[in-house]
Amino acid sequence: MINSLEELEALANTKRCNEQNCQEELRVCVGSSCASLGSENLKEILDAAIKENDISDACRVKAVGCNGLCAKAPLISHCNRATKISILYEEVEEADLDELIQSVLNAAPVTHKHCDITQDFFAAQTKIVLENAGIIDPDDIEDYIAHDGYKTLFETLENKLPNEVIEEIKKSGLRGRGGGGFYTGLKWESVAKVQSEQKYIICNGDEGDPGAFMDRALMEADPHRILEGMALAGYACGADKGYIYVRAEYPIAVEKLTRAIKQAKKLGILGENIAHSNFSFNVEIRLGAGAFVCGEATALITSIEGNRGNPRQKPPHLSDYGLFGQPTVLNNVETLANIVPILKRGAQWFKSIGTASSSGTKVFALTGHIQNSGLVEVAMGTTLRTLIYKIGGGIPHGKKFKAIQTGGPSGGCIPESLLDLEVDYESLKKVGSIMGSGGMIVMDEDANMVELARFFMDFCKSESCGKCTPCRVGTVQLTELLDKFVHKKATKKDLELLQNLSHVVKDTSLCGLGQSAPNPVLSTLKYFENEYLEGISND
Amino acid sequence: MQTQLGSSDDRYKLLEKSMKKLGYDKNALIEILHSAQETFGYLDKETLKFIAKRTKSPYSKVYGVATFYHYFRLKPKGLHNAVVCLGTACYIKGADKILTSFEEKFEIKVGATTRDELLSLLSARCVGSCSLAPVVLFDNKPKGNLTTEEAMQKMQEMLND
Repeated sequence: MINSLEELEALANTKRCNEQNCQEELRVCVGSSCASLGSENLKEILDAAIKENDISDACRVKAVGCNGLCAKAPLISHCNRATKISILYEEVEEADLDELIQSVLNAAPVTHKHCDITQDFFAAQTKIVLENAGIIDPDDIEDYIAHDGYKTLFETLENKLPNEVIEEIKKSGLRGRGGGGFYTGLKWESVAKVQSEQKYIICNGDEGDPGAFMDRALMEADPHRILEGMALAGYACGADKGYIYVRAEYPIAVEKLTRAIKQAKKLGILGENIAHSNFSFNVEIRLGAGAFVCGEATALITSIEGNRGNPRQKPPHLSDYGLFGQPTVLNNVETLANIVPILKRGAQWFKSIGTASSSGTKVFALTGHIQNSGLVEVAMGTTLRTLIYKIGGGIPHGKKFKAIQTGGPSGGCIPESLLDLEVDYESLKKVGSIMGSGGMIVMDEDANMVELARFFMDFCKSESCGKCTPCRVGTVQLTELLDKFVHKKATKKDLELLQNLSHVVKDTSLCGLGQSAPNPVLSTLKYFENEYLEGISND
Repeated sequence: MQTQLGSSDDRYKLLEKSMKKLGYDKNALIEILHSAQETFGYLDKETLKFIAKRTKSPYSKVYGVATFYHYFRLKPKGLHNAVVCLGTACYIKGADKILTSFEEKFEIKVGATTRDELLSLLSARCVGSCSLAPVVLFDNKPKGNLTTEEAMQKMQEMLND
């Protein structure tokens, strides 16, 4: 049990000392992309080889979370603690492992499969949320503690009042990373103000947006940081109970979080009277079951309560009437992962990164027709051009860029003419898209925008919960209209109808799903109208 | 008290145990359905009725929740299963064509199981392996960067296994 900041630091020091002799570390990425290419098997082979050569005192093999460059999976990095030199190897296969072990044994360099970590993909990123990803072992709470984990929580409990925490978060200008962009500090304050016996903190890990995997990677790579963020939110708002709502489709994330909670409880970092303070905090996991609408706040809450995920009208807002009717804070995974660095390094530091209206960084899942697909974290205000050409390495096969889709089924497509757009909440909204949770899908010249709009509408149609008419009926009608354009059987009148109906669904739906479902249609109509005109038959 | 429904089947005992752990809580219905599906492979009417009875919820409520979420299956799965990811990244890289080729080859629609119960063909909204798009999960093992031909080949390999 850890009862004070001193004891926490003592544990961190012991862990660091224990590892001091172990100079070499092989970090095998077991993030989703690497794992599906057999990286767990690679780790086992390395483990066996270390044992066989009897060098387990000098070299350790560690399973770590996502390194980011998923296009080059599986990735293994070799770090030397003394020289602080770290070498990254890409596309590692079983046959390469011998050479890798030899390089550890004899300091003989590996001649191939080097991945240049000074390349733009890494250099142009700013890692705050993902700073531990690919470095710490998510299954080992001591490793997190040795990297200053839970120190912020313990320091805050000792030295700060809840309203001071809220002030700091407010000053930092942190905004919700799930897509809405509401100021986190204000959200916390509105819950902290309400007098209530019971309050809740909910972490939204129901990443339903197809083409996005930021939250998955975070939960898998650094689960303790999310728990620490939740506990700090609980302290600030006066809540003693937290829920993490995770998609059941992410079994590894569920496993890592479950283990993290168990470890934190065992050490008394979660539970009753943390560090002998009056603050108690417990966390439970709730599994989602595959419903996009459950990303919507009220739908998510009713789903945690064991119901069909139908959203409801707001107000009452969650700050007054949330989970089980009690005041509730609902934050996205990435938002909560930002809390620890803000409190550790201060609001001013955080504000110095990003743009005036959107401070900090954003994690994006860069996929589609792009060279370096993977997970990237950049300062707000980075241009799309930097993201696609510098970090992403451009479009493969010498093809031309056509559009980038942000915000998933609720977002829009952005054409080449707007590539110098500096990405933040406002700028994306201005061009008819949204930040969304952070999926970015790049499309080359061969992509058909009408088909894409139809794909998203079909998705919203099947995900519509059916509670309100504009969304339930509108999405069906819109899909059928788009079908006509795809099959080049539409009329001029259909084009008018498509526009009108899109606005009706947008303006009159009950929740965010319906209100934003027409966005892909409206944005492609705006920038690629000619493709719709091609869908109009002449006879 | 053991109900008539589940008395003859050990799997009901397992389900009973996990419901007990959750305190027969109505709020934990989704958790209960998850563990029931894990135990039985799918949720049939008998199982749903059993859960309704034990949690003192109306059957309509349990059925309503089970049918709302995509993750819950009301029909048994085949011996093998293939899940084609239809997330956006997979879609623009041709996942729809892979799915169509499977549908044509095995003469079933997505969501169905072949008559010999050898194969269930499913789709996913996004499995979060977008960098490897297009992705198909063959018996839960993800395979990425597939062409339609490669996907069909992997499928045959799985079925011959």
